[in-house]
Amino acid sequence: MKPVKSKEKNLKPLNRTIPFRFMKLTPLTERRINNFRANRRAVWSFRILLVIFAVSLFSEFVANDRPIMVYFKGGLYFPVFISYPETEFGGTFQSAANYRDPYVQKLINNGGWALWPLIHFRFDTINLNLPQPAPSPPSLENPLGTDDQGRDLLAQIIYGLRVSLLFGFILTLISPVIGIAVGAAQGYFGGKVDLFFQRILEIYSSIPTLYVIIIIASIIPPQFWLLLFIFLLFEWVSFVGIVRAEFLRARNFDYVRAARALGVGHSTIMFRHILPNALASTLTYAPFILNGSIAGLASLDFLGFGLPTSEPSLGRLISQARGNLASPWIGLTTFFVLAILFSLLIFIGEGVRDAFDTRKML
Amino acid sequence: MMLEVKDLSVAFHTEKGEFQAVDSISFTIDKGEILALVGESGAGKSVTAFSILQLLPYPQAFHPSGSILFHGREVLGARDADLRQIRGNKVTMIFQEPMTSLNPLHTVLKQVRESIIIHQGLSDRQATEKAFELFRIVQLPDIEKRPKAYPHELSGGQRQRVMIAMALANQPDLLIADEPTTALDVTIQAEILNLLKELRRKLGMGLLIITHDLTIVRKIADNCCIMKEGKIVERGPVARVFKSPEHEYTKMLLDSEPKGAPHATPSMDKPVLLADNLSVTFPIGKNLMGRPKSLLKAVDSVNIKIHEAETIGVVGESGSGKTTLALAALRLIRSRGSIVFLGGEIQGLKSRQVRPLRKKMQIVFQDPFGSLNPRFTIAQIIEEGLLAHKMVKDKVARRKLIAEVLEEVGIEPENMDRYPYEFSGGQRQRISIARALILKPELIILDEPTSSLDLSVQAQVLELLKKIQEKHRIAYLFISHDLKVVRSMSHSIVIMEKGKIVEYGPAEKVFTSPAHPYTQKLLEAALAFSEA
Repeated sequence: MKPVKSKEKNLKPLNRTIPFRFMKLTPLTERRINNFRANRRAVWSFRILLVIFAVSLFSEFVANDRPIMVYFKGGLYFPVFISYPETEFGGTFQSAANYRDPYVQKLINNGGWALWPLIHFRFDTINLNLPQPAPSPPSLENPLGTDDQGRDLLAQIIYGLRVSLLFGFILTLISPVIGIAVGAAQGYFGGKVDLFFQRILEIYSSIPTLYVIIIIASIIPPQFWLLLFIFLLFEWVSFVGIVRAEFLRARNFDYVRAARALGVGHSTIMFRHILPNALASTLTYAPFILNGSIAGLASLDFLGFGLPTSEPSLGRLISQARGNLASPWIGLTTFFVLAILFSLLIFIGEGVRDAFDTRKML
Repeated sequence: MMLEVKDLSVAFHTEKGEFQAVDSISFTIDKGEILALVGESGAGKSVTAFSILQLLPYPQAFHPSGSILFHGREVLGARDADLRQIRGNKVTMIFQEPMTSLNPLHTVLKQVRESIIIHQGLSDRQATEKAFELFRIVQLPDIEKRPKAYPHELSGGQRQRVMIAMALANQPDLLIADEPTTALDVTIQAEILNLLKELRRKLGMGLLIITHDLTIVRKIADNCCIMKEGKIVERGPVARVFKSPEHEYTKMLLDSEPKGAPHATPSMDKPVLLADNLSVTFPIGKNLMGRPKSLLKAVDSVNIKIHEAETIGVVGESGSGKTTLALAALRLIRSRGSIVFLGGEIQGLKSRQVRPLRKKMQIVFQDPFGSLNPRFTIAQIIEEGLLAHKMVKDKVARRKLIAEVLEEVGIEPENMDRYPYEFSGGQRQRISIARALILKPELIILDEPTSSLDLSVQAQVLELLKKIQEKHRIAYLFISHDLKVVRSMSHSIVIMEKGKIVEYGPAEKVFTSPAHPYTQKLLEAALAFSEA
């Protein structure tokens, strides 16, 4: 059925209640933001994720085995930032103060006060006062219980989320840059250039990522940046396809033809006219890439080829859960954290996808 | 009276409040009568037609007043069960685009049979026979020989015939045709109109034709209603309305039909573009070794010569290679043959070498919506050429230049920081012209620049183009399928068929004494009945 003609209706954007007044928005962007805001589930997921990310960024202030601030005999101390010897608070050892030690706590409380974070554990703090052998079930002290080393689960999750999210965000920021550059060149010039790169990419993308990482990990001890680099080597390929398609489509748009007829150079056309279209589809894809890279990192950690054990990791919690089936709180906690995180990302992804949906534009 | 529309209004609830699309209009259609609803886009023609079948998006749409009586029974607000007896049965409808109205996954025979079986409850065999009978009525006898034909295997005209066959399946009393021939070529347009006229005579049904094309009205309708902004401003027998229009708007519409001749006199000693033996081929299919199986000659050894301030009109039906020729002449697609522009051969130059010449040759596209980047403001769109050629470096001077050009094409310069979507189709086309004009070109290729515009807007844009040519002595290559437009614009005419030029000569000569049979056929289809 042919839609009823009502061009007049679409002349103005719906409402201009956007708090982005500091930057100039094109009407298209404005409408997209409006579209995204219309999807309540995506907006709430986005807000929740922002809160989670913000909290995890400040993990040291939320979960730590040392106080944020200590007032002792007229002086202010910031154990979060600086390591003080125990003698500073009148103890006997020259070594760094262990603030969880009841003796040190007593010393501080006699001379002043200490401001503790919400959770009194770091991800690697071992709770030595467990009422029963580790892993111990949820209690007032360890609200989600501990793993089999007596480390607090909640603290591990907060730190683990930070590593996972940062890993995902950095990957999602950098890999499109490479992907767009390659895809743009392929799509815009087409023909033999396209054919050549396409074959290379097909061979390249058939390399099994996980095995390569496992092989590399057995030679060089893996760490955060190395893993990021290896993931980056393979992740950008997924953007090439969309960007290439977008450029192939857009190079025949009338306004691109018009620009060519005006004598505008190739790079200008690619950047000014076509890239904004391609960016839209890339952005649509980004939340799902984020999802994939977080899951990828977690699975490497689970297999034991990921981050070194000195770093917090969600993946290692899964392997803890597998090793301690009699302690269901470990498995349940990790499952829910990952499930909620992935759901949030998918919801946001859906919202972004809908916001960029051209059919919803008019 | 078969259909009586009395005092009908249609309004829509929108975000910005109520929007009245149709404002208390009345008309009647009798058996065997052909009524045309004529108007420009947004006049409310289609909305009126949809309300007869109650196909509007209710409840966003509603009727503040009026009644529609079909055979004396009220249609407005009728129950769904009653409406179904009318829809597709007693009143049927055909649309502008026959490709999207047919299901591409089923054979056309199956689709026609289906509508017969649903409404008449015939057996499979009877339905097939009936379907073949319908195909004979709409003059598509070929289907009998190849009953497995799918919609994509038929041409646009044939598809429209299938749609008509489906519409006729249940012997409707009233057939509503919404721009039935707009998407078709002129010769096919004429055939379809003749078919509709003949069907009316044979089957005695009423016909409501919705169109913006005055030629169609004159050719086919008995009576017409001229609509403007939701109101009927004039009605009456076609002959009377066209001969002595009463309302200002009707006069203006009739006056807008392209006529006259180009203003400028070309300097025949100063050639701007010389295309010699120009060919463009596209490979069709490839074999295992990647070699094309066959070649489609989209443009086949074409010779064209354009002089300063001359307009060459290129006429042809869809697929005749008009646009390909234009793109090849500007070196926007690969071609063979020689292209001499301003005395220099440009075929074979590197794209970097062509770039400085680009400012001298410009193009204006058909679709005013697609040819302006929606992300740019008008000023950004127009200055792009200047920036590309590093012509005016100073920002203030550039904006002044943009203002001047906008003024010349009839757009308020204050609007230069607005976005394309805030402008109407005609205004956007003016902006496209401004973008070309600011580079002071010697040649502008106009690719159907007015075919998506309303008649009155078209007249203004054509007049603007003529004025610009006179003032700046620019050469035009004017591509159009509309012979009347071409006639009013061109000094010389090129008639193209399947990539070849079949006739090339001074405009008057081609129009008054066409030599090639194809030209004669085209002219007959397009112009003959407009004088009748």
